[in-house]
Amino acid sequence: MSVDSQTVRKIARLARIAVTDDEVPGLVEQLNGILGWVEQLGEVDTKGVEPMASVMPGSLRWRADEVTDGGIQDKVLANAPDAASGFFAVPKVIE
Amino acid sequence: MMTSLTDLTLADMKAGLAARQFSAVELTQAHLDAMAANRHLNAYIVETPELALAQAKAVDEGARGGPLAGIPLGIKDLFATDGVQTTAGSNILKGFVPRYESGVTANLLRDGAVFLGKLNMDEFAMGSSNETSAYGRVISPWKAKGSDAELVPGGSSGGSAAAVSARLCAGATGTDTGGSIRQPAAFVGIAGIKPTYGRASRWGTIAFASSLDQAGPMARTVTDCALMLTSMCGFDPKDSTSLDIAVPDWVAGLTGAMKGKRVGIPAEYRLDGMDPEIAALWDQGIAWLKAEGAEIVSVSLPHTKYALPTYYIVAPAEASSNLARYDGVRYGNRVTPKGGNVHDMYAATRAAGFGKEVKRRIMIGTYVLSAGFYDAYYTQAQKVRALIARDFEQAFEKCDVLLTPTAPSPAFAFGAKADPLAMYLNDVFTVPASLAGLPAMSVPAGLSASGLPLGLQIIGRPLDEMGVLDAGLAIERAAGFSARP
Repeated sequence: MSVDSQTVRKIARLARIAVTDDEVPGLVEQLNGILGWVEQLGEVDTKGVEPMASVMPGSLRWRADEVTDGGIQDKVLANAPDAASGFFAVPKVIE
Repeated sequence: MMTSLTDLTLADMKAGLAARQFSAVELTQAHLDAMAANRHLNAYIVETPELALAQAKAVDEGARGGPLAGIPLGIKDLFATDGVQTTAGSNILKGFVPRYESGVTANLLRDGAVFLGKLNMDEFAMGSSNETSAYGRVISPWKAKGSDAELVPGGSSGGSAAAVSARLCAGATGTDTGGSIRQPAAFVGIAGIKPTYGRASRWGTIAFASSLDQAGPMARTVTDCALMLTSMCGFDPKDSTSLDIAVPDWVAGLTGAMKGKRVGIPAEYRLDGMDPEIAALWDQGIAWLKAEGAEIVSVSLPHTKYALPTYYIVAPAEASSNLARYDGVRYGNRVTPKGGNVHDMYAATRAAGFGKEVKRRIMIGTYVLSAGFYDAYYTQAQKVRALIARDFEQAFEKCDVLLTPTAPSPAFAFGAKADPLAMYLNDVFTVPASLAGLPAMSVPAGLSASGLPLGLQIIGRPLDEMGVLDAGLAIERAAGFSARP
């Protein structure tokens, strides 16, 4: 499998990264280089092998359903590029 | 006296402070002076002299104590530090000042450590040469014999490696996703250990690939690493994959004894076309451990050749998800095109904020997770990962630790690996243990003909950091590595 410029633009859109027309050919070449190389995994016989999502045995632990934090609005907003009235602010979403 | 304080090992600094041969403030000042004299290495992104001196003063006055009281450390810029800029080496986080302390650095502060500043690194820990940092490349303090060419310190913990090697801190925190502690440690002639996945809290450590990321120490001796590791590790309820088990005192347990231990030599690591110097060093390491009474056994890790391609699917996949948070809304830098809507803002923010390698990996990750390709790439990689982990399990039925080279070559020059694939191949010996979540360390073991440090890697069973450190100490003693930049 290899990617073309249209696919690269689609991946960039999914990844929310703006790419210029100049960048696309280079990305096509680099991504194809990497994808062509990882494709060798296809030759490994993995029939009956469970995919490994974590090296941790067992399942994630539970914690008590309690409030353990809060009341730190100023800290949460301290690094916001734009904050107003105690909220994160973004460009207008609804016309 | 003042000029030689930075040359002491961390353990000797601890002893000297306890014996009141020098104060914590004197020790800290000596390091701050060394940092000021070595800014050309670009090891630190931020220096925090006032904070460091205040922390040291509190130690001298008895207000702070602990096993690392007054020990000056450098902190990789991947760890959130309360009130001190934390960028992960990225433009997108330039100016980000966390209002909380990471689990690992909180443990070090609890134990009395002094923080000198934040260490440079590859952007979001993606790199093996420190060339991807938005804050400029880190230069290794080492030079090849008869050459004035600047060399890479390795990566991603390249600032940590350069700073420890150049005596700009007693030890440093690193993080290791596919070799980011071990490879740079090998390149600059220091020791570094990645503990078993889950030993060190990931809370407050900026995430790259969450199923692989582990913090660990980098220092000039194995004992110094054991001191830091004992402090850094421990259960953290805020990290869902943190191991809720006791942390041994790895310093008290350290003996370096190899008598009766079985050391496995994985056949598949002897690559075709292996650098003869690396092969010779590996053979030397085998001879050293044998002389110490270890039994050498040949083992097989049949899926070794698939470890790198597996890693370069799994890690970018996780990264593409983790790095989705950098959207210019809650923290970091924002770019809003004129008249653009919120989607334009996300795309422009990320285009401007991320460097080339980070973008490349996010895009690879996005692709392998996308509909239609998920099973062929991501699920298959997870299955191969299971086989790689099984290889190690089977090998450890025959041996107690594995001995391998850390990296396929000594440090290289800037720009030498411009092709991403050539750069990725540098992690060929370190990535497999990461995929299996195993403890692994690099110990300086010799010099190349060109006069550059080479490291040997020890890989252990899950939770057997003690066995790894003991073998590391045995190598350290036998090698008697005393070269310095």
